[in-house]
Amino acid sequence: MDNIAGTRSSLQWAVHISVAVLVALWLFPTVGLFVSSFRTGDQISSSGWWQALSTQESQLPAIRIEGEEVPADGAFTIEGRLIAGDTTVSAWGASSRAPKAYAPGETVDIGDGQTLTVAEDSSFFLTSPDTTEGTRLPRVFLTASSPPEFTFDNYRNVLFSGTAAAGIGKAFINTLTVSIPATVIPILIAAFAAYALAWMEFPGRALLIAAIVGLLVVPLQLALIPLLQLHNNIGIGKGYLGVWMAHTGFGLPLAIYLLRNYMVGLPRDIIENAKVDGASDFQIFTKIILPLSFPALASFAIFQFLWTWNDLLVAIVFLGADDDSLVLTGRLVNLMGSRGGDWEILATSAFISIAVPLLVFFTMQRYLVRGLLAGSVK
Amino acid sequence: MNPALLGLITIVLGVGGCIGYFWLSNLLLDTVIFPPRGPNAGRNINRANAIRPWLFLAPALLALGLYLAYPVVATFWLSLNDRVAGGGSEFVGLDNYVQMFGESKFREAILNNMMWLVVVPAASTAFGLIAAQLTDRISWGNIAKSLIFMPMAISFVGASVIWKLIYDARPPGTDQIGVLNALWVAFGGEPQQWLTIPGWNNLLLMIVLIWIQTGFAMVILGAALRGIPEETVEAAIVDGASPWTIFFRIKVPQIMPTIVVVWTTITLVVLKVFDIVLAMTNGQWETQVLANYMYDKLFRSFDWGVGSAAAMIIMLLVSPILIWNVYSANKEMR
Repeated sequence: MDNIAGTRSSLQWAVHISVAVLVALWLFPTVGLFVSSFRTGDQISSSGWWQALSTQESQLPAIRIEGEEVPADGAFTIEGRLIAGDTTVSAWGASSRAPKAYAPGETVDIGDGQTLTVAEDSSFFLTSPDTTEGTRLPRVFLTASSPPEFTFDNYRNVLFSGTAAAGIGKAFINTLTVSIPATVIPILIAAFAAYALAWMEFPGRALLIAAIVGLLVVPLQLALIPLLQLHNNIGIGKGYLGVWMAHTGFGLPLAIYLLRNYMVGLPRDIIENAKVDGASDFQIFTKIILPLSFPALASFAIFQFLWTWNDLLVAIVFLGADDDSLVLTGRLVNLMGSRGGDWEILATSAFISIAVPLLVFFTMQRYLVRGLLAGSVK
Repeated sequence: MNPALLGLITIVLGVGGCIGYFWLSNLLLDTVIFPPRGPNAGRNINRANAIRPWLFLAPALLALGLYLAYPVVATFWLSLNDRVAGGGSEFVGLDNYVQMFGESKFREAILNNMMWLVVVPAASTAFGLIAAQLTDRISWGNIAKSLIFMPMAISFVGASVIWKLIYDARPPGTDQIGVLNALWVAFGGEPQQWLTIPGWNNLLLMIVLIWIQTGFAMVILGAALRGIPEETVEAAIVDGASPWTIFFRIKVPQIMPTIVVVWTTITLVVLKVFDIVLAMTNGQWETQVLANYMYDKLFRSFDWGVGSAAAMIIMLLVSPILIWNVYSANKEMR
């Protein structure tokens, strides 16, 4: 028996470790974006985000010495600081070939009889036998180490400042304006239809249900041009109304399917008792079915919200791709093109765009999972 | 007007309008058209009850017909026509399809899509199955599950930004900020522009979708694993089966139908994949896929004929799943 128990527990350990590795792998990319959004542009482009918590060494661009020359003891000296702030110099050099040649505090002969000292706090001391007036002063190469540092500046820039903002604040409002009506309207339409399909007898019911299951998988790519033409013909053109209607149409099959499956499972007794007591179908629907179907309504609402918030195609086709009407996803695609190197703006904008879905996801995961299990065909 | 305010008004109008429609049409039906009074009371009640389902269904049917059924037909018609200069269009038969099949970009898209169709569903389902089995019996399984599931909530575009940081490349000699290159350099390689290397770049784009879809597969398959009758597993343990045998010979065969559902669902997602390719490579360096090819044709070269033809190809690839779904839904209902 001991033997079996032994293999059991070692297997158990293997399971724990593999799950930990799997979770780490799946979390790693998102954490990278999150950490990057709190670093300055220089930090992001000079070291990997996984080094954000350790002290960073970075090679600074060459700095030419400048300062007031002071004559002393038959020589001339210049004193000053090379960089402001609390960066620490970990090594320095006087030529680009050996930028890390000397330790801080060392006094070095740099040719022409000149000597130079650079201290840890980047203050320097230069002595020269002749006046430096009219000559080019030497250049210094610094390797600076800076302590870990995080900043909210990216968020402030992206959300509130005019130029660097790149319209993220506006895009956020646009996305919200698209997704909330596009979530609320289909629910109501679908709920009535689902009730009819679940609890009312009429010819052609089975056929309709089959048609809706079929429509579940129709790719919305097919709908783009015909609907754009339709919207232009009836005078909606490109705008919010068009996006809301498109999202409603595309979301309905899943909504009806999910809600019908849920409503069919409600106990028959309740509905029949109500009918015997003289309740009309309308009353049964609003007073009994709707409140009882809350879990299904909630899971569809979450689906639809995530889908409309994260959608790119429907928004750029039916709302447009100009600066005023871009949603967050569209804005991000543009940023990736035009500012592909500005990771501080890109990472921050991306995190702003995924923050809302993540919040919804973590608070309402229960309903999301339930909905997935009920309608895993879309 | 402020769009946010407009949105609020629309919600109120839309919701109010819906409720108003359902309530008023019911009222009209019950009190004016077929009132349950007078000599024909019984007949009227029956008639009202025969009409009522269609009142409830009407808005949904209208929206479904207009936004999903009609476009399929209209797109098919568009794919058989070409726009002519000065407005209007002319019937050209299958010319658009012939032209499309002649384009190398289209053949590349089809080939890539086939690869996506094999790799992504297989990898997501496999990872999902492993994750579901591993997290099933451990104390912190639920936390692990929700963390693996999390990418599901992230948009394809957001995920593209996240992974672009991972694939980022810096010039040789400087610190790499992309994990992939940092590892590559640590093992002695030269930093690579990964997304521009044909072959590899397709795989790297697929990884993004696999990362997103694994959580979905895990959740569905996890529920299926929970649903397996305890007795079958216990009997196998008593017979001395190893954990591996139990998993592959007892559990997997029992959840096969669920695996098929997960596989087909992810297949549908793959067929429509567009955002990831658009955001990361825009189809350059031999990474084109059907949906992005179609978008290119429709909205960049404004060639509606060929674009619609490409959309019809996507529809054609989806139809086996469509037929299978309808068939199994019908079987379930009987």
